[in-house]
Amino acid sequence: MKYIGEHLLLGQWGHFFAVLSFVAALLATIGYVKATNAVSIAESQAWKRFARILFLIDCGAVLTVLAIVYYIISHHLFEYNYAWSHSSKALSTEYLFSCIWEAQEGSFLLWMIWHCVLGMLLINKKTVWEAPVMAVISFMQVCLAVMIIGIYIGDVKIGINPFLLVREIFQDAPIFNTENYLSIPQMQDGQGLNQLLQNYWMVIHPPILFLGFASTIVPFAYAMAGLWKKEYTGWTKEALPWTLFSAGILGLGIMMGAAWAYESLTFGGFWAWDPVENASLVPWMIMIAGLHAQLIFNATRRSLRAAYLFFILSFFFVLFSTFLTRSGILGDSSVHAFVEGGINVQLLIFMLVFLLPALALYLKRYAQIPKIIKEENTYSREFWMFIGSLVFFLSAMVITWQTAFTPIYNKLLGKTTAAPEDPTFAYNKIQIFVAIVIGMLTATTQYFKYKDTPIASFRKKIIIPLVLSVAVATCISIFGGVRYDTYGLGFLAAIHLALFASIYAVVANVAYILLGLKGKLKVAGASVAHTGFGLMLLGILLSSAQKEVLSKNNGILLPFEPATKENPTENITLIKGLKTNMGRYWATYEKSDSSIRNGTVSFFKINFEDKNTHEKFSLYPNLIKNTKGQQGFSNNPDARHYWNKDIFTYISYASTMDGEEDTIQFRKHTVKLKDTVYYANGLMVLDTVAINPPNTKHTIGAADTAIVATLKVRAKDSSTYILQPAIFWKGAYSTLVFDTAFTQNIAVGFTNVNDTTGAIELQVKESARMVPFVALKVYLFPHINVLWIGTIVMVTGFFMSLLYRRKLNKRQLPTT
Amino acid sequence: MKKTHLVVLVFIAIAIGVLISYTGNLSSYETIASAKQKEGKFVRLIAKVDKASPIEYNPVKDPNYLVFTAIDTLGQTTKVVYLNAKPTDFEKSERLVLNGRMKNGAFECKDMLLKCPSKYKDDPNMAKKNLSFSN
Repeated sequence: MKYIGEHLLLGQWGHFFAVLSFVAALLATIGYVKATNAVSIAESQAWKRFARILFLIDCGAVLTVLAIVYYIISHHLFEYNYAWSHSSKALSTEYLFSCIWEAQEGSFLLWMIWHCVLGMLLINKKTVWEAPVMAVISFMQVCLAVMIIGIYIGDVKIGINPFLLVREIFQDAPIFNTENYLSIPQMQDGQGLNQLLQNYWMVIHPPILFLGFASTIVPFAYAMAGLWKKEYTGWTKEALPWTLFSAGILGLGIMMGAAWAYESLTFGGFWAWDPVENASLVPWMIMIAGLHAQLIFNATRRSLRAAYLFFILSFFFVLFSTFLTRSGILGDSSVHAFVEGGINVQLLIFMLVFLLPALALYLKRYAQIPKIIKEENTYSREFWMFIGSLVFFLSAMVITWQTAFTPIYNKLLGKTTAAPEDPTFAYNKIQIFVAIVIGMLTATTQYFKYKDTPIASFRKKIIIPLVLSVAVATCISIFGGVRYDTYGLGFLAAIHLALFASIYAVVANVAYILLGLKGKLKVAGASVAHTGFGLMLLGILLSSAQKEVLSKNNGILLPFEPATKENPTENITLIKGLKTNMGRYWATYEKSDSSIRNGTVSFFKINFEDKNTHEKFSLYPNLIKNTKGQQGFSNNPDARHYWNKDIFTYISYASTMDGEEDTIQFRKHTVKLKDTVYYANGLMVLDTVAINPPNTKHTIGAADTAIVATLKVRAKDSSTYILQPAIFWKGAYSTLVFDTAFTQNIAVGFTNVNDTTGAIELQVKESARMVPFVALKVYLFPHINVLWIGTIVMVTGFFMSLLYRRKLNKRQLPTT
Repeated sequence: MKKTHLVVLVFIAIAIGVLISYTGNLSSYETIASAKQKEGKFVRLIAKVDKASPIEYNPVKDPNYLVFTAIDTLGQTTKVVYLNAKPTDFEKSERLVLNGRMKNGAFECKDMLLKCPSKYKDDPNMAKKNLSFSN
């Protein structure tokens, strides 16, 4: 059948360039391998020139594929599955980019693009290490290209072609029996971008994180090059800026993900020890361990074997995290793992194709890697740095085990084990001690000199920051209000110890910049990064330990409701317009607005008033309609930021959410004065019926006539209400005005007066639905900004170090 | 032996000890029948909402009180008490992972994980449904 309106040529070109990128990368790899192994310089140069051109072609091809994918999405060519499944017409430009990395194919493309950028920078440096390093990177490009070529060899699917048509994926869907299926409404728009990803952090976080992932290959490639060429020590200085770059960018990418989670997810925090989060943290921690081992080697010729291992494993754990999150193996244990894409075996091979040869080469050459037999001095910087690296590395291994043990164990042995009852505490109770050790080491280690430190001068220098830290930490411990005893006194003590360690890290490093380095910022990168890291620890501890639920429900719980005594009561119900008591705040749900962004988002305006300061502010937590044909909503929290705290809120439940019709009917009662009408939670008595009475809830205009019935409502909990339903005549028109007692779920109308008997007709309805309300959760996060500021300071420190080391290298290292 | 080696060994021993204790604390996925046998023990129940039974949730009265019936693939049912807000999409979820304890014939749920297939990623079946004419 010939279909109408398809743009097939574009996809064919796209697929061609995907295959081209594979072929070019493969040839570049071969060229660089030949160049590395060549015996004569001329031969090596010739192969290198060949490989460079092919790597360039690879980069061009990858860029073209990405451009075509973007074109398809931005021009809404919904015959393509990529556009149809991941985008919609309503999305603004920045989110069109998010659509690209919503799918596996797009995130692989992003990863490849960064390898292109890094590869070009490396080629441009013209270093002697170009050939072996680029051989490794080109080979990685081959492996990634395989993920997106989407070809079949026999029945085996290799990679996912990003240019598949919707009709190729859902071949038996009936709409494809018509040649103009593209004009059918459901093909006129896409399924949309996942509502949770419609957040500005999701535009910027994935590219940064993938740059971080991609950059781990550079130290790995240098390490491989060293083993391969048997020039074990020559690369460590040249690779140092790359290690610093990787540590800085990966750290930044992870923390941007944390910022996204904090802003748009509702677990009330920035970190949940989710497998996907852990999978990105682990390579970073190992990279940090590798960085320190590399620094030790550059200064003292020790720890080289450890540096090799750390760089191999840091890169490997990037691949492992890819496998873990994309293979579907995590199943129930993660909220945001990818669903199986049918390329599991391929992902497994991808992981092993790097790990096994790298480890084999490492073990084979292990004995030849230089080391120093003589034991290091306990009063030396390298000794304590190494301990720190080791603790970081082992901590990463423990996290890996906790993340991956149950899914892999279950998969292999068909068991049904699951995470412990309190999964986050299982991590926290271990990592708090890691934080204590690392905090102390971060503070102290720089005060040691490499090789040996005169003990008297060490004591003299460390005493000021130590005393200062003890003083500050004691003050914070006593007056800071850290009383988080949910897990007992032991854990609370550990928190206080960790608080001290993080303060010590900050103070000692600031002091080192001022006293040790005499304020010379140019060389202070490490101390700045350590200060930032200390601040991060401090922010994590303060905000987590002092997090507080503000939305204690003490407003309208009715005493005769079922036993809810042991209830966590972390959600508070706000009835529209009703000022409600919420701890130290008054909270009022003012209104909702669902007219924004084509009705896909409902905003709720919640007014808060501080009881002490009388400060008033409004928050707009909202609900985003789910995309991709799903019913229901996702939460999008809102927060008010202060310099020292955040007030964070989201909608747990809204009366508008169910969207179901209110089927409950009004019941008619004919009553005379002083008659009683019963309802589920109490009774009401008709008190008076009057024409234009002076004191009513209603505003009666001069030309209007109103008959107002006044009812006294008495609920079972002995609260009383006045209801005043009315009939209004404005000129010739009459209108009925209902009155409602929201807390009693009743609405009362007054529809008729019988002139002869004096009886009136009351309409009474009891229903929870008619009451507009929201159930809300409100958190107080103190000092979360310390964490964000710490992150910025730490990343700045990495880049200061990078620039400094690069400058040193330029003076010292040879180029070809 | 070198100091460093000693430290390495000590830390590795600590790490292994920590891992063993972690592995000892693991919970397990259960069916309703097997959870009933382990009354009082923390388990993760895999089930879904029994739509034939009423779902009791009145957020105006108490937003932190949800009672419903869960049914598992073997057809067993249990009453579930969840002292928290009803999660969004609760009725539409295809599968629930309920974390908590069986107590006095009812499952006291501490928290739950909803499985709406395309909550985070795409669900081919859902996409397929959107391609049918009846849409």
